[in-house]
Amino acid sequence: MDIFIQQLINGLVLGSMYALVALGYTMVYGIINLINFAHGEVLMVGALVSWTVVTALGDTGWPGWVLLSLSLVAAVLVCMALNVAIEKLAYRPLRNAPRLAPLITAMGMSLLLQTLAMILWKPDYKPYPILLPDEPYEFMGATINLVQILILGVTALTLAGLMALIHGTSLGRAMRATAENPKVAQLMGVRPDRVISATFMIGAALAALAGVMWAANYGSVQHTMGFLPGLKAFTAAVFGGIGNLGGAVVGGVLLGVIEALGAGYIGELTGDVLGSNYQDIFAFTVLILVLTLRPQGLLGERVADRA
Amino acid sequence: MNMVTDMGTLDTREPLLDVSGVGKRFGGVQALSEVGLRIQAGQVHGLIGPNGAGKTTFFNTITGLVPSDSGRFALAGRAYKPTAVHKVAEAGIARTFQNIRLFADMSALDNVRVGRHVRTRVGWWQAVLRTKAFVHEEMLIERDARALLDFVGLGDKALQTARTLSYGDQRRLEIARALATEPKLLALDEPAAGMNATEKLALRELIERIRQDGRAVLLIEHDVKLVMGLCDHVTVLDQGRVIASGTPAEVQRDPAVIAAYLGTGVHA
Amino acid sequence: MRALMQSSSGMPRLRLFIGCALALAVLPLALQPLGEAWVRILDTALLYILLALGLNIVVGFAGLLDLGYIAFYAVGAYLFALLASPHLTDNLPALAAMFPHGLHLPLWGAIPLAAVAAGLFGMLLGAPTLKLRGDYLAIVTLGFGEIIRVFMNNLDAPINITNGPKGINSIDPIHFGRVSLGEPWYLPAWLPAGLEGVALPPVTLHYYLFLLIVVGAVVLTQRLHDSRLGRAWVAIREDEIAAKAMGLNTRNLKLLAFGLGAMFGGVSGVLFASFQGFVSPESFSLQESVLVVAMVVLGGLGHIPGVVLGAFLLAALPEVLRQVAGPLQAMTDGRLDAAILRQLLIALAMIGIMLVRPRGLWPSPRHEDQLMPDVADAAKAGEGAR
Repeated sequence: MDIFIQQLINGLVLGSMYALVALGYTMVYGIINLINFAHGEVLMVGALVSWTVVTALGDTGWPGWVLLSLSLVAAVLVCMALNVAIEKLAYRPLRNAPRLAPLITAMGMSLLLQTLAMILWKPDYKPYPILLPDEPYEFMGATINLVQILILGVTALTLAGLMALIHGTSLGRAMRATAENPKVAQLMGVRPDRVISATFMIGAALAALAGVMWAANYGSVQHTMGFLPGLKAFTAAVFGGIGNLGGAVVGGVLLGVIEALGAGYIGELTGDVLGSNYQDIFAFTVLILVLTLRPQGLLGERVADRA
Repeated sequence: MNMVTDMGTLDTREPLLDVSGVGKRFGGVQALSEVGLRIQAGQVHGLIGPNGAGKTTFFNTITGLVPSDSGRFALAGRAYKPTAVHKVAEAGIARTFQNIRLFADMSALDNVRVGRHVRTRVGWWQAVLRTKAFVHEEMLIERDARALLDFVGLGDKALQTARTLSYGDQRRLEIARALATEPKLLALDEPAAGMNATEKLALRELIERIRQDGRAVLLIEHDVKLVMGLCDHVTVLDQGRVIASGTPAEVQRDPAVIAAYLGTGVHA
Repeated sequence: MRALMQSSSGMPRLRLFIGCALALAVLPLALQPLGEAWVRILDTALLYILLALGLNIVVGFAGLLDLGYIAFYAVGAYLFALLASPHLTDNLPALAAMFPHGLHLPLWGAIPLAAVAAGLFGMLLGAPTLKLRGDYLAIVTLGFGEIIRVFMNNLDAPINITNGPKGINSIDPIHFGRVSLGEPWYLPAWLPAGLEGVALPPVTLHYYLFLLIVVGAVVLTQRLHDSRLGRAWVAIREDEIAAKAMGLNTRNLKLLAFGLGAMFGGVSGVLFASFQGFVSPESFSLQESVLVVAMVVLGGLGHIPGVVLGAFLLAALPEVLRQVAGPLQAMTDGRLDAAILRQLLIALAMIGIMLVRPRGLWPSPRHEDQLMPDVADAAKAGEGAR
């Protein structure tokens, strides 16, 4: 019980970030049936753009939270533009291509983004400045700091905002309709290209937010930082039920908690044969188990194959 | 042995396909209840009914694509459990699909050659070593595939990629491929859909030829003329139930059938 | 050229074949004077070609998008590394006692062993994926690949099996009896003057061995393709439900694809381990798996000549560019070096080819492509029916 609360908190924080990225995956998959392999890289770009802004404005003497907010706005804008451009240039022409083609393109895009980031920002790990007061607060025997509290809070707010968007606006309706049945939606006057672009933009904004959170929480940025979280967030989306927004959130948070608890207890559980450096395996094990035992995920529905 | 026509010895008094009591529920909808039919060897049996009656679902249950909740199935006198699709094909039921499911990027000839897979046995190591057995079997496979293509009238299009064939040709190719598995029962799901009058005539002649070889044919069709002219026996489904079964003439006069198609009052 | 390849047999094809064979035989000797690095590029390319041919069975023939293929490469490489180097005997005294001369598994033992081990692994990893659709299958295989990499990186405690991130070195070079490919071979004295005493360096010796194995692999996979098994795999790729409906046991066929494909990976791994002399988990990253997938898809999914071409281009071209990268590196303040250029090229190639030629650089020739152009167009116009 000693590390349980601590790991739980760490897991919830991690899970929040996974949830934000998982939403992007699940929305895109729900609408065009594509696993956007490059989505994790959007998180990375968001983090790096934020770092650039914060570093550039470092000498101005402005308070930390101002720098953080400005950099967040910059990250979101850049990532939204980037994602829309990627969709238009690389994925849209392949809408009707055999299913392997967009997958390969997405993988290529992921590699391209990482390489361009490596060229632009150089390969070294860069420390992310501490912008907010970081004294730890005591909570039930564990510690939590302001950044972590903010992550949990901002994520909750963002999710509420997203729900309002999806269920309360015409864009949200259009997105849901296109996800269900693109042809009929089109007949009803929905412009699929617009809806898809909007989906990519929203996904990008969420990923950029997650990127800034990640940088602030873990304190460093680098061009490879998005890849593994991206993969795990995808796992979370599948875990919760791909195409299901609630599932993405549940999956993300659960995966974060499982990973944190697992990393904390694995030494004990395996008699020190396996250490916490095996942490990455948890996500993949969950993925394999889910897809083997319950492929529709926790909240998804079975889709039968029509003859 | 002429693979195309030899059916082996069959007891023609026993029904070739004997299915009864098939039930299937999808969520809240009872798609099939107590559905059954009997087909004799050499018979063309039509399965008709309004859209959504459950005809394709029934096909899917007897071929194993969709597990049924209940039902008894027997082929050539032997009971079978339609759980594994490929085993059903092995046992002797071959089908075509409503939306045509060809191997689009393969040639017509290759499509039919794949149909021969289940009746051939040479293993991959023999393929790698190019043994005599392998070479001989490949020759037989090609010979039989070409014969089938000729049988359905696609002999000159053997090397064409399947996706470039005309609609009518694609349907015939699907039939040739199904025949390649040497089925006892050929189940055709709306083979005439989208065909013009000439093509339908050619299809009818083809089915007649198939029947003459001693196979049984189960046919889902919407074209009433085709069904009436071709089928020995017709079963009518409506909303998952059998509402009539008999010769085409009998079924045509059945008031329940007329009501189902034309509708009296509110129809769900 | 295509017409020559298509004719079923005959003199023109034989002449082409002999010409290619001679060119390939002489190639390293022509490149040697320019520097051994060039021949080394060929050797690396050949290993990748072998990998691509194996993956082609899984991805190209059967249509199963395996993103964890590099795991089988790792299995073969580590297997040989463990059984033909001082590592195990250094770390496990019990083993050292049993094998006082050390572990030196010869090639003729290593290759079949690695093939079988990798093959079994392939079926093991493939088994849970049998019911999965394309995208999910990709992710699960990716997951398996990553899991194996994590294990490779961390199985150095409590018992040091893989030596973790440090890897295993001092691996035996390939040897046949007393001839070792790690030593240069001098052409015998009875050859005409000028040729005698010429040295064939180890890179060249490896080239001939690898070439032989690659040629064997090409023949093997081509024969598999032109058989009922090959057609069955392509049928599964095209439409699995229809394939099942025609009586194909798709489960067993897919397992067979995984297993046979993995075998190539294992064999390639053995060759790699002995060629390089050391192995470390770095060589078996996800990026490598993606690279091999790219080779197969870019070359021409399922089409063996295309796959060979794709593998060669993606393996050799970046290395060749490395030679010209020097000035670029200076120009851009060190941001653009050979490794980065390679990555950039591969990424652009993947995106570009899918947009421009989604079937690959050299796809399977279709009957329609060989007809007169207008007839071909008319035939393709009929495609609109679906």
